Amino acid sequence: MTGALWELFFKGVWITVQLMVYSAALAAVVAFGIGLARTSRLWIVRFLSGVYVEFFRGTSALVLMFWLFFALPLLGWQLAGMWAGTLALGLSYGAYGSEVVRGAVQAVAPAQREAAIALSFTPWQRLRKVILPQAVPEMLPPFNNLLIELLKGTALASLLSIGELTFQAKLARLSTGQSAQVYGIILVLYFVIAFVVTRIMRLLERRAKASIGRAPERSGWFSRRLPIGGQGPQVITAPGGKP
Amino acid sequence: MNNWSWEYVGDILPDLLQGLWITVQATLYGSLVAFALGLVWALLLRSPSRWVTWPVSVVVEFVRNTPLLVQLFFLFFVLPGWGLAFPALATGVIGLGLHYSTYTAEVYRAGIDGVPEGQWEAATALSLPRRRTWTSVILPQAFRRVVPALGNYVIAMFKDTPMLAAITVAEMLFRANSIGATTFDYMEPITVVGVLFVVISYPTSLLLRALERRLVR
Repeated sequence: MTGALWELFFKGVWITVQLMVYSAALAAVVAFGIGLARTSRLWIVRFLSGVYVEFFRGTSALVLMFWLFFALPLLGWQLAGMWAGTLALGLSYGAYGSEVVRGAVQAVAPAQREAAIALSFTPWQRLRKVILPQAVPEMLPPFNNLLIELLKGTALASLLSIGELTFQAKLARLSTGQSAQVYGIILVLYFVIAFVVTRIMRLLERRAKASIGRAPERSGWFSRRLPIGGQGPQVITAPGGKP
Repeated sequence: MNNWSWEYVGDILPDLLQGLWITVQATLYGSLVAFALGLVWALLLRSPSRWVTWPVSVVVEFVRNTPLLVQLFFLFFVLPGWGLAFPALATGVIGLGLHYSTYTAEVYRAGIDGVPEGQWEAATALSLPRRRTWTSVILPQAFRRVVPALGNYVIAMFKDTPMLAAITVAEMLFRANSIGATTFDYMEPITVVGVLFVVISYPTSLLLRALERRLVR
């Protein structure tokens, strides 16, 4: 392993992080937009946002990425690889995230909503001052999981020849022929990024929970302890997808 | 501007459906590996000795937090170097199964934790041996709870199989891609593949939700 190879890897890490940040930003916008739309009073809004969620959770992120990159140009738009990757990841992980948003919003105690109505808040004030401040801290642990899934999803973009970590690994393997070392190092680098992301998210969670006067869940260095007691497996999975 | 051609779709559909069969096989075999290995992880993680739980949890967290695609590349390029030459599909099944076993381990753990404490105590009171306690009391009750969640991971795995195209398994995306490369028309093949995924995974997830309502109360 020479210095030049390490330079290649770190360039890859940088592009991977960029791709993750861009698609996470898009996914967050989609998640809040679609998640709140699914709690709408109008059935047509609920229906259309439901169709969105089921479609994007139903298909494969990689197929979506290929479609955006190879099929869309035939309709007249040629997307750069980075854009296709960001769009595919943001749109599909946004669909998973919207379920998190919907669940957390619906889990806010009904009395809180009623109290806000009694204070004659407008719907927008109700959302901004009462619902979201209580729902957001609940969303952070599942968002952490999704962010790790998204990080792993960025590896798919290597198949569109974006120069992110997995793609650089392919180059390094071709030039050195040392598959085990190259892919071993890449796996460790992904793990390190995931570890850092998880630490940051737990810090945010602790802050957010403290700001509404709740204690964060206890967690170890590696795995988060599951809630114990007769809650069963439905706690950790959303229907039809990863947690 | 490309015009959608149903005739072209008709021409490529048989090939794509053959790819679907490979996709389904990879999902089923991968699930079997994931179900079995996940249970092994889950049981090892309950060991009283930290010398067992620590290494296992590090391995599980490592596999879970790194991309499946890179793991597939690792297996595909490294196993032959160790003298283990498998066909591409088998490598893909090992990769999928190993990756998803780290998720199913969590499902089993939740399922086992969900068995009421009293069941353990009752088994102790009947002085059942440890092995019997697991096989006749705990696991049968845990399995009922984990079926829907395991099913969710089968769907998730199904949606991850296109990654196997990258290690030359001739599944749906691989075929769509090679059709596109010869005809210079990717629109129909890739769209059909995407639609086939929705057509299969959505009804399956509806089915699982119904099952969940029935099994987990």
